[in-house]
Amino acid sequence: MGEFFNDYVVPAAIMIGQSLLLLVVLLIFVAYILYADRKIWAAVQMRRGPNVVGPWGLLQSFADLIKFVLKEPVIPAGANKGVFLLAPLVTTVLALSAWAVVPVAAGWVIADINVGILYIFAISSLGVYGVIMAGWSSNSKYPFLSALRSAAQMVSYEVSIGFVIVTVLLCVGSLNLTDIVLAQGKGLGTELGLPSSFLDWHWLVLLPMFVIFFISALAETNRPPFDLVEAESELVAGFMVEYSSSPYMLFMLGEYVAIVLMCALTTILFLGGWLPPVDVVPFTWVPGVIWFILKVSAVFFMFAMVKAFVPRYRFDQLMRLGWKVFLPISLFMVVAVAFVLQLTGWGA
Amino acid sequence: MVLGAIFFYLFSALVIASGVMVIGSRNPVHSVLFLILAFVNAAGLFVLLGAEFLAMILIVVYVGAVAVLFLFVVMMLDVDFVELRQGFLDYLPIGALIGIVLLAELLLVIVGWTFASDAMVTAPPPSGMTNTEALGAILYTRYVYFFQAAGMVLLVAMVGAIVLTLRHRENVKRQSIPDQVARSPATSVEVRKVESGKGI
Repeated sequence: MGEFFNDYVVPAAIMIGQSLLLLVVLLIFVAYILYADRKIWAAVQMRRGPNVVGPWGLLQSFADLIKFVLKEPVIPAGANKGVFLLAPLVTTVLALSAWAVVPVAAGWVIADINVGILYIFAISSLGVYGVIMAGWSSNSKYPFLSALRSAAQMVSYEVSIGFVIVTVLLCVGSLNLTDIVLAQGKGLGTELGLPSSFLDWHWLVLLPMFVIFFISALAETNRPPFDLVEAESELVAGFMVEYSSSPYMLFMLGEYVAIVLMCALTTILFLGGWLPPVDVVPFTWVPGVIWFILKVSAVFFMFAMVKAFVPRYRFDQLMRLGWKVFLPISLFMVVAVAFVLQLTGWGA
Repeated sequence: MVLGAIFFYLFSALVIASGVMVIGSRNPVHSVLFLILAFVNAAGLFVLLGAEFLAMILIVVYVGAVAVLFLFVVMMLDVDFVELRQGFLDYLPIGALIGIVLLAELLLVIVGWTFASDAMVTAPPPSGMTNTEALGAILYTRYVYFFQAAGMVLLVAMVGAIVLTLRHRENVKRQSIPDQVARSPATSVEVRKVESGKGI
């Protein structure tokens, strides 16, 4: 009995505790990311943004949460009820489950699996199902058009994201996210004799891939300027037209969790994860998780700024960018990076 | 080990149940959704076997791309079930034949596995290597020509599909980015003096 307790109950309890902690911290972070998104957008447009609930409107997201939960969910008469209610759950659960493998600091990861990056890639490629299921089951024109758009868009941009990830993997020689971060401890800067610093991170050596990954991440999470899935001027609100109250909130939550995940992935792949910007004394005193959160916030700030000042793409332009610009560049870069690594003997 | 067994039976039962639902459900979109559930659970079985790379690739390729296109097509189809059921008996013999052949093959594998397990040598996973590395090491050394040939076959199939479906239609307005960028006031604006009451 004691053996059973030590073998199964204790590890399970630890894992559940870790997951709950991560979930709570993540959801609070997402609440403030939502607030930040609105505030940044407002500031660019010279508005005030949310400023009523709590000091400086800091509790706005929580007020919204309570409002959504307390309202009545409306299910359209012609909707396919089961799939209709499953869709927001799929979106949110998938977005949250990807966080199981994200290392937020050295050793701070729930599941340190060998194929971590593939796991995240697989989970984020499933995200499209929430949108398609919602669009189809609503039994309405705009959501259906939106579902078709999203299927085409997300499949297209996954291809270039996949190739970008491959170039990073070539440089690192491992699919483990912790290894990817640690591999950025030495690189271009240390070759020049400097201490380990931000010059070693992948964003510099793989700058074109960093740019492509950032733009593809915008498209993959349906952020503006690629938010054709919910383009309000054409499709009212896209796949979310028929949703109200809690199911709508789950979509909103899933979307923002996926956005923060993409920011975290950018941080891990290109911005050195939890590593301090310069590996000297005042910076190394700050714990890794703080650096991680700061970097994720900085990437999200870029996401928010893009939303504020880039006009929305047309669908054919979106497809052109994905297939005719990003795909050839990233395909060429995979070959080029492999060639350079083979010639110089860098990497694993 | 007990936990492994519990999860094995859980995943297997879900694969079989969703497989039955793929052919059993009346709505084709539900069928595709059950197919996706079957894929995901099969990926779970791969993880239990220690083949995590295959599991993830299964999800990325089949669930993330192939099944999306499936769903895409099925959603757009207007399937008439009454018509579909009328042809059922006509196709029953050939369907049954294929089913029996598949069943016989499966039985052959199981029989061979039980009675001559030493005839099928499985290499132990190399120590100190993740199975991604092990798979890469064998694919790109021992089986490199087969691997490249498979890639060529896929490439030819892709080019063929594009050639068969590509049509150049006349009189379609397309956006040409170089043309747009190359425009200047001199080439696009003409200033004219218009006399009042005359027009151009």
